[in-house]
Amino acid sequence: MTRPNDLLLEMQRRMLRIRRFDERASKMVKRGEIPGTVHTSIGQEAQVVGACMALGEGDYMTGNHRSHGHPIGKGAALGPLMAELVGKATGVCGGKGGSMHLADFKVGSLGESGIIGSSIPIATGAALSSKVLKNGKVALAFFGDGASNQGCLYEAMNLSSVWGLPIIFLCENNQYALSTPAHTVTAGVIADRATGFNMPGVRVEDGQDVLKVYDAVKTAVDRARRGEGPSLVEVMTYRFNEHSEGLRIAVDYRDPVEKEAWLKRDPVKMFRAYLEQHGIADAAVLDGLEAEVAAEVEAAVEFADESDYPDPSVAFKDLYTEPFGVTQ
Amino acid sequence: MSVMSFLGAIGAAQREAMEADPRVIIMGEDVQANVYGTMGGKSRADKGDFLQMFGPERIRNTPISEEIMVGAAAGAAMTGLRPIVDLSYSSFLYLAMDQFVNQVAKNRYMFGGQASLPVVFRSAMFYGLNTGAHHSDRPYPMFMNVPGLKIMVPATPTDAKGLLRTAVDMDDPVLSFEACMLWGLKEEVEDREYKIPFGVARTVREGSDVTVVGISTGVHAALQASQKLEAEGISIEIIDPRTMVPLDSEAILNSVARTGRLVIVDPAHQTCSAAAEISAIVAEKAFDCLKAPIVRVVTPDTQIPFSPAIEKQLYPDAVKTIAAVHKVMNSKSRAAA
Repeated sequence: MTRPNDLLLEMQRRMLRIRRFDERASKMVKRGEIPGTVHTSIGQEAQVVGACMALGEGDYMTGNHRSHGHPIGKGAALGPLMAELVGKATGVCGGKGGSMHLADFKVGSLGESGIIGSSIPIATGAALSSKVLKNGKVALAFFGDGASNQGCLYEAMNLSSVWGLPIIFLCENNQYALSTPAHTVTAGVIADRATGFNMPGVRVEDGQDVLKVYDAVKTAVDRARRGEGPSLVEVMTYRFNEHSEGLRIAVDYRDPVEKEAWLKRDPVKMFRAYLEQHGIADAAVLDGLEAEVAAEVEAAVEFADESDYPDPSVAFKDLYTEPFGVTQ
Repeated sequence: MSVMSFLGAIGAAQREAMEADPRVIIMGEDVQANVYGTMGGKSRADKGDFLQMFGPERIRNTPISEEIMVGAAAGAAMTGLRPIVDLSYSSFLYLAMDQFVNQVAKNRYMFGGQASLPVVFRSAMFYGLNTGAHHSDRPYPMFMNVPGLKIMVPATPTDAKGLLRTAVDMDDPVLSFEACMLWGLKEEVEDREYKIPFGVARTVREGSDVTVVGISTGVHAALQASQKLEAEGISIEIIDPRTMVPLDSEAILNSVARTGRLVIVDPAHQTCSAAAEISAIVAEKAFDCLKAPIVRVVTPDTQIPFSPAIEKQLYPDAVKTIAAVHKVMNSKSRAAA
C-alpha cells in the first residue's frame, strides 16, 4: 500500500491533536471549566486516526460518546470543538450538543452518539444515500466492544450486506465496556461475526500501530468504493485513562500488569519513533510538529474562552425547520 | 376529481412525490409486492405499479428490522435522500424507539441545525379489526411527547393525500398514523397535486352548541353523532386537527369560545392522550368560556382484547359521542355558579 510521506506526517499531526486536545479537556473538566464529563481517546489515537485517514474528505463518519477523537481525526477545526465542550455559542453544535454529541458536517462527521450503538444505523443510511445518489461516498461507523452487543449493529450489518452498501463497521475494541471486561459479556471474536453476514471481517491485533489500522481500513474503504459492499474491521486497543474523566471506581477492574503492558505501547510515541527511524522526518521536524499542535490547542482554548455563551432563546431554536409553538 | 379510497389517496400522494423528486425513495417490508395497496396499481407499469415504474433502487424491500429501517432512513435523509418508510403496523414502531427518540427527533437540534431530516414514517393503526393487542395500538400521543417530530393523523382521503404530499416535501421528520378502519373510505379527491399545510385544523361541520374535536376515526364517530343530535335540536361543530404536531389550538379555542362546550373524540388510551393535551390547553386558555366540564371520549386504559365480542365496546363511537354531548349540554355546573 502506498503511503506518501505527507500522509504519514498528517497522521502524526492528527494523533497529536487528539492527545493534546484530550489532555487539555481532562484538566479542564477536573477544574470545572468544562461542565458535565468527557471521555478521552488517549491511548486510542492510532485506531481513530488510522481509520479516519483511510477515508476521503467527503466521506461520512459517525461515532460514540468517546467522541472528540473522531471529528479531530476526520479533520475538524479544534476551536469550535473546544467551544462546544465548554458550552459556547461558537461551538460546533452551537452549545446544544456538548462532548458526547459532537458533529461537524463540513468534514463528513454526521454525529457522535451518547446512546451506545445508536449512530450505527445513521452511518448505514448515509451509505444508502451514497448508493442511491451514486456519489461515490463511503460511510464509516465507529463503535466499541460494548456496542458490539447491541442488536442494531446486526440489523445494520445484515441490511448493508444484502443491499451492498459502501460502509465500514469499525469496532474500537478497548476491551472494557466501562468496567466490564469484553470477554465476560461477548461471545467469540467480534470480527468473526462478519462471516454470518457474508462480508469480510478482519481484526487488527495491534491497534496501537496507526499504519496497521490504516492499511486494514483502506482495504475496506477501497472495496466499498468499488461497489463491493460492507466490511467489519475490529481494532484491538486500550484506553489509557478512566472511562470518563473524574470517574472514581472502587474496584480495580483492570489488571495492573495488563495495563502497564499497554501503556508502554503509546501510539503517538511509537509512530514518532517510526517516522524518525525510517528517515521520514527528523527530530527537529517532529518537535516542530508538536509545537504547532500545542499552539493549535492553546488557540482553541482561547477561542472557547473568548466566545460568548448562547443566548437563552437558542434553547428553542433548530428543533424544526420552521418555528411553531414554544420554538416561535 | 375522481373517487379515491383512503389507501388510493395515499398511493396517489406517494406517486406524485416519487415522480416529482428522484431523491424520494420508499422502503419497508413487502413494499415491492404492494401488499397494502399503497404502491400503485396492478403489477404493471401501465397500471401504475411502483416497482415497475421506479425500479428496485427506489422501491426497497427491507428485512423485518425496524430499528435499522428507521435509523437508516434518518441517516439517508441527513445526507440527501427523502425516504418514505412504510412500517406496516403502528405497533411495530416500538421496535425502533431509540432511533425515533434519540436520533430522528434530536439530530437537527442536538447538532445545532446542521442536520435536516426530510423523512416520513407511515404506519397503520389496525384497531377495531380483531387483530389483538399486538396490532391494535393508536400510539400517536406517545410521540407527541417527543419534541422534534411532526405527527399527522388524517381522517379522510383528501386530507391523507394533501398532508402526505406536504410531509414528503418537508425537511422535518413526520410520523403518519393511518387508521386501517378508514382504508376503504371513498370520496371525490382532486387528481391534481395539492398540499395541505400542517398545523391547520379543518372545520368538518359548523355548529353552535358544542365543539367536538375528532381525531382519526373519531371524526367519523362525531359526524354520525351529529345527525341524531341535529334531530334533537343540538348543533355540534366538528373540528379535525389533522396534525397533532403542530396542533392548531387556535382553531379549537376559537370554536370553544363560541360554543362554550367541548367534547374530544380520540381513539387513543385515555392517560396522556391527545384528548388530555387538548383538554389541558382549553382549561388553561379558555376556562372562562366553558359552560360545562370538558368530556373526553377515549379508549379506557386497558389493553385491546381479541374477541369480537369484547373489542369494539372499548373505542369511541357515535353512541358514546352522543352521550358525551348530552352530558355537556345538561351540565348545571356553570349555571349554578
